[in-house]
Amino acid sequence: MRFTRECLYADCEQVSLVQLILQLFSIVGRGTLLTLEAVMLFPLQLINRRSRKEFFRQAYIVGIKSLPVVTLVGMFIGMVLALQVGLEMRRFNQEYYIGAGVMISSLREMGAFMTGLILSACVGSSMAAQIGTMTVNDEIAALEIMSINPVRYLVAPRLAAMMVMAPLLAFYSCVLSVLGGGIVAKTQLSVPFMTYMRIAVDNADRYDLFVGLLKALIFGILITGVSCLEGLRTTQGAVGVGRATRQAVVASFLMVLVVGYMVTRMFYKL
Amino acid sequence: MIRFEQVTKVLGGQKILDDVSLTIQKGEIFTIIGSSGSGKSVTLKHIVRLLTPDHGKVFVDGIEVSSAEGAELERARGLFGYLFQGGALLGWMNVYDNVALPLREKDRLPESEIEKRVIEALTMVGLENDGYKFPNEISGGMQKRAGLARAIIRRPQIILYDEPTSGLDPVTARTIDALIHRLNAELGITTVVVTHDLQGAVLISDRIAMLVKGKFIEPSTPDAFIKTTHPEVRAFLDAQFIPPEGIKKSLLK
Repeated sequence: MRFTRECLYADCEQVSLVQLILQLFSIVGRGTLLTLEAVMLFPLQLINRRSRKEFFRQAYIVGIKSLPVVTLVGMFIGMVLALQVGLEMRRFNQEYYIGAGVMISSLREMGAFMTGLILSACVGSSMAAQIGTMTVNDEIAALEIMSINPVRYLVAPRLAAMMVMAPLLAFYSCVLSVLGGGIVAKTQLSVPFMTYMRIAVDNADRYDLFVGLLKALIFGILITGVSCLEGLRTTQGAVGVGRATRQAVVASFLMVLVVGYMVTRMFYKL
Repeated sequence: MIRFEQVTKVLGGQKILDDVSLTIQKGEIFTIIGSSGSGKSVTLKHIVRLLTPDHGKVFVDGIEVSSAEGAELERARGLFGYLFQGGALLGWMNVYDNVALPLREKDRLPESEIEKRVIEALTMVGLENDGYKFPNEISGGMQKRAGLARAIIRRPQIILYDEPTSGLDPVTARTIDALIHRLNAELGITTVVVTHDLQGAVLISDRIAMLVKGKFIEPSTPDAFIKTTHPEVRAFLDAQFIPPEGIKKSLLK
């Protein structure tokens, strides 16, 4: 069986299933090495004033610029959850417990999951495109010739920023979800807001919060690793930048789904 | 200063460099000409170890860069300035910060010393009033000159120029040629130029070689080079205007 990659292009390359799997392992391996190298360079980040400045710049891009989308998505996820779960629970006159459902699902799963997807689409794509453009414009080569390590200069601050901001955004998304759920509970299901909030807070568990934030942290690391790697591997000009961006987003989405399930499976056993 | 020993490189199934041996002397301007895709830039990338040969060795100032790692490679790269085709300036920094980048990130010099050296380099390339501009606000020629200022800021012993005049109008192209010539004459920098601009090559070079099918043909002085009878070099030469000896000096002024 043969898969055709990039068939739209004249220089398309045909790879077998075995080659495809080997390529995937190669990407995962190189992504892991890149991430480890960036993590080992964190101490230099702290010492160098310019690196610290770059970290704050990246934190602003990752955190503050993603806030509007995270706010909207978090709020609406909570509203949808409250509505769907609430309508079913109403059949059993249990709609007062809707806060518990929204809180638990947000803390355990939805907060980190939606944040992961948003960061993949907004931040990961931007990282891949920016670093990819730098690669095809020889800017990365220029850094190497100046003996400036591109991993220290470009990847490490992005990774550090993502590791700090992803859990914070996930937590923020959970808060917004619960608030959104409260609005629906009050307006659609006639559950008093304070009752909804009391039950929600009673069901907030530190363990769930820990797992949710851990997931967000892992998603942040994966998204940055894969996006920066795709950017650094970019070839063939504008076409290559487009391909790298798409591959970064697709790979990030898949990893958020797969790794999200694996972490859930690890912490919540039947 | 730079030595290729039986270097072979295959890219995409094609032999780009085929058992190449070449020596570039200290302080000379050596120009590599050839048609597009002939492997000129690949040759430069071997010198700075952006590429490694499949076979053979590359030496720079006694260091085998083709196998050097870590501190040794860093020391070798400290000898180089490199001007990329498009300048390769970082888009989010202005010209001043781009030129200051290696001093800030590598040499960690105090800001007062950095300012002095950046202004000196920008003045040398005629951009002393454009430091505040961003790469997308300046012309292609200015980007190349800014790239050149960044290439010379660490006072390298060797500068590699990848198509320094491509895409430029003839006047700007000659300005860049004059700059390359001046840097070599004033600072004694060993210079390797990759170009398909024969006119510029004849104007500035001590030696010229043409890369054809992975081999260097006729590495010789410009005068000897333009008199060659080698058919492929002849065809390349006949397609371009070569300035007569008498007007060379006036063009470089």
